[in-house]
Amino acid sequence: MAKHHVATTVNGDAVEFLCETEQTLLDCLREELDLTGAKEGCSSGDCGACSVMIDNRLVCSCLVLGVEANGKSIETIEGMADGEELHPLQRKFLEHAALQCGICTPGFLVASKALLAKNPNPSETEVRYWLAGNLCRCTGYDKIVRAVMDAATEMRGA
Amino acid sequence: MQERVKKEPEREFRVIGTRPLRPDGADKVTGRAKFGADFKMAGQLVGKVLRSPHAHARIKSIDVSKAAALPGVKAIVTRDDFKDQGSEFVPAGEMLVNYRDVVRTVMAREKALFEGHPVAAVAATSESVAREALKLIKVDYEVLPHVMDPVDAMRPDAPLLHDDMITAGVTPAPTKPSNVAKRVEFALGDVEKGFKDADVIIEREFNTKPVHQGYIEPHACVASVSEDGSAEVWVTTQGHWIVRAHCARLLGWDISKIRVTASEIGGGFGGKTVVYLEPLALALSKKSRKAVKMVMSREEVFRASGPTSGANVWVKIGAKKNGKIVAGEAILKYQAGAFQGSPVQPGCMSAFAPYDLEHVKVVGYDVVTNRPKVAAYRAPGAPISEYAVESVVDELSERLGIDPIELRLKNAAKEGTKAAYGPKFGPIGLIEGLKAAQDSPHWKAPLGKNQGRGIAAGFWFNIGGETTVSLQLNEDGTLSLMAGTPDIGGLRASLCMMAAEELGVDLGKIRPIIADTSSLGYNFLTGGSRSTFSSGMATVEAARAIIKEACVRASKLWEIPIDAVTWEDGKVKPAGDNAGKHQPMDLGDIAKIAGKTGGPIIGYSAITAHGAAPSFGVHIADAEIDPETGKATITRYTVIQDAGRAIHPSYVEGQYQGGAAQGIGWALNEEYIYGDDGKLQNPGFLDYRIPVASDLPMIDTIIVEVPNPRHPYGVRGIGETPIVPPMAAVAAAVKRATGVRFFELPMSPPKVLKGIKDAKANGGAKATA
Repeated sequence: MAKHHVATTVNGDAVEFLCETEQTLLDCLREELDLTGAKEGCSSGDCGACSVMIDNRLVCSCLVLGVEANGKSIETIEGMADGEELHPLQRKFLEHAALQCGICTPGFLVASKALLAKNPNPSETEVRYWLAGNLCRCTGYDKIVRAVMDAATEMRGA
Repeated sequence: MQERVKKEPEREFRVIGTRPLRPDGADKVTGRAKFGADFKMAGQLVGKVLRSPHAHARIKSIDVSKAAALPGVKAIVTRDDFKDQGSEFVPAGEMLVNYRDVVRTVMAREKALFEGHPVAAVAATSESVAREALKLIKVDYEVLPHVMDPVDAMRPDAPLLHDDMITAGVTPAPTKPSNVAKRVEFALGDVEKGFKDADVIIEREFNTKPVHQGYIEPHACVASVSEDGSAEVWVTTQGHWIVRAHCARLLGWDISKIRVTASEIGGGFGGKTVVYLEPLALALSKKSRKAVKMVMSREEVFRASGPTSGANVWVKIGAKKNGKIVAGEAILKYQAGAFQGSPVQPGCMSAFAPYDLEHVKVVGYDVVTNRPKVAAYRAPGAPISEYAVESVVDELSERLGIDPIELRLKNAAKEGTKAAYGPKFGPIGLIEGLKAAQDSPHWKAPLGKNQGRGIAAGFWFNIGGETTVSLQLNEDGTLSLMAGTPDIGGLRASLCMMAAEELGVDLGKIRPIIADTSSLGYNFLTGGSRSTFSSGMATVEAARAIIKEACVRASKLWEIPIDAVTWEDGKVKPAGDNAGKHQPMDLGDIAKIAGKTGGPIIGYSAITAHGAAPSFGVHIADAEIDPETGKATITRYTVIQDAGRAIHPSYVEGQYQGGAAQGIGWALNEEYIYGDDGKLQNPGFLDYRIPVASDLPMIDTIIVEVPNPRHPYGVRGIGETPIVPPMAAVAAAVKRATGVRFFELPMSPPKVLKGIKDAKANGGAKATA
């Protein structure tokens, strides 16, 4: 069967790609667009390593088809820093040593940014429940939660 | 809360003990870091594995003709593509491997021995063609009865996995084969004599389930074999020299032909110390003459990689009324999965290691079952045996009415204690850890309703081993550091810190890389909590070699004898009579004169790192039980552990917190669930539930620092010990919250609820299984 032509926006850039019907958005980002920041940890929406934003909505890109991206606006980890300037969340993750192996980090950062856009002043419990869809096996989450709360404080200008 | 407790007054350090940003950090927060599945080669094929749907079946025939005829299929490999291997044990991580079994693990031969066992592999032009090809391979199976549990597998009438398996370590040798690969025994003193002196004896039986390492990154590699037979492998692994050795052996190629580059690694915890896909990808690449990329799905990770053993453990401890333990005995039955090699031996050796005992006896059995072959998992074997021992120690403290920390202090191993597994301990920090626990705010804090507090100790050996580091002084005075132990959680930062401390240079002047197997001398893998210890030791040696050479070069330039120069504060200075006659030179100055004073300056250290020292931990857990559902929630948790010296305290804390979280998952949630058909029912993160952020509290840490005298900076390995105490600490907390003692992991809600109900029905809190 012929491939589908998809025209979409990724991190502000207009892009086009061809994909098979069953190809996931994650697969298209990684294989067709060479954006490998989003990771495949489970392909069942349980680990959150593939988190991206579609039209400002947080999704697991392994649960979205590539064709569904047509005409949408996608944001990935690759678009999070502003040029050389890291996003406060990225900086705080480094300062707090909130990553060990780093495989889950892109997903956590995308999900955390989505949280802070919705709730700039989350409690620890709110952070923990929001991030419950992102698995980290290395850190025990302590430093991740601290990094997100610290970034929130800085972003509020508090 | 993060604290540090030091035994000695701190030496003055400029870099060690600070918390700089990691050198590989920016790439990891921006998505640029390349993990296993992120490599891509032009023209690469997609490799996929056909796996056995049966837990135990004879493979009568494999017909690949239809698959081979499918357009887009470029190569297929089966058992016929791998030469059989003789039986020989070689070390891999803290476990031994036997190539006769490794070749059968990567590709089934006579029999499929677990559901998920590879039977064939295909390389095709696309994922969909590869999947289609797998469906066209016809395998004729003769399904055999299977056995999943170690106790069942030890019965005389159990289905046999290997017709020729005669139990080793038994005299006289058994005449009939069984599923027991070996028996091991470690003894000190005379337990019978010890138990005679006991006022109290407690004897208990425990059961634990297999649990998976649960790294978020599935196994992945790209292999490319060129026309002259030289091969490249890019792979996520804890040890690329081990990958090289295994692949060369299985394929019958020279080691020098294979160059392995370790990608960034998305977690391993022991599970990436073995090979699964790499030999298949190389064989497919050789056949197809193209690069082949292979990536496991999460389901494949669960069905066919890892996990660690499930086990049955019996423990008997005798003590005097005053709390002095007089004897400890244990029998450990660990399931190895389809091939021998469970971590029962380290399980035996570590069982009673936190205690200074006169009489100890531990017997272990390595039992094969129709499950995936176990792989190392953080302190392999120890979490199981120490869970059982620590749980009995906790019960003993209740029985004797002695505070559990006091009881442990009375019996704790210390410098000079002879461990049951042989050696005498050097300086160790268990007593310091117990005292820090006693003094911690957590231990003294009040508890709420339905809450209980437990404590447990833990031990792990730690290892050294073969290590090479190269440190190059570049033309501009910056340095390139090449290490060979993959960095899973901050290693590059720690190595650069040690080099910067030695050399007196800014941290930012050192660029670290994990070198490939053709660019650096041999390195054993990242495992056994060895990488900061061993690669750190080699880094310090390499740095000192640079300092020595810098002095030689300055003496040449200044035309004064070598003993007339010294190294001070990061500079070569003229000394003695010549003091003040020449301008001191830092490494930047030395780099400029390198060419005319003898050539490039490289510090190189190729060593077998000796002097690894054990690390003891003490964990405090608070659990709250929902009386309606039986769900245990950890409400507060503190990890106290001896690090020797924390090079980068944040990454030490990270190891403590991460190990605790894995242990909490092991204690409360995680288990492999098999149906009667021998098939895994929960091969995904939804049903194999590792702790998520909302399951856990902040995890407080107290870093105890009793330096290891045999490391230049006092480092002990610290990565594995943190997973040892949690199961017993949580079990003790659950006991105190519910009045019911549990003897089986995981303590999942249905089990806890049933335990509470049964206890009520029995008119009081009684032990339950």
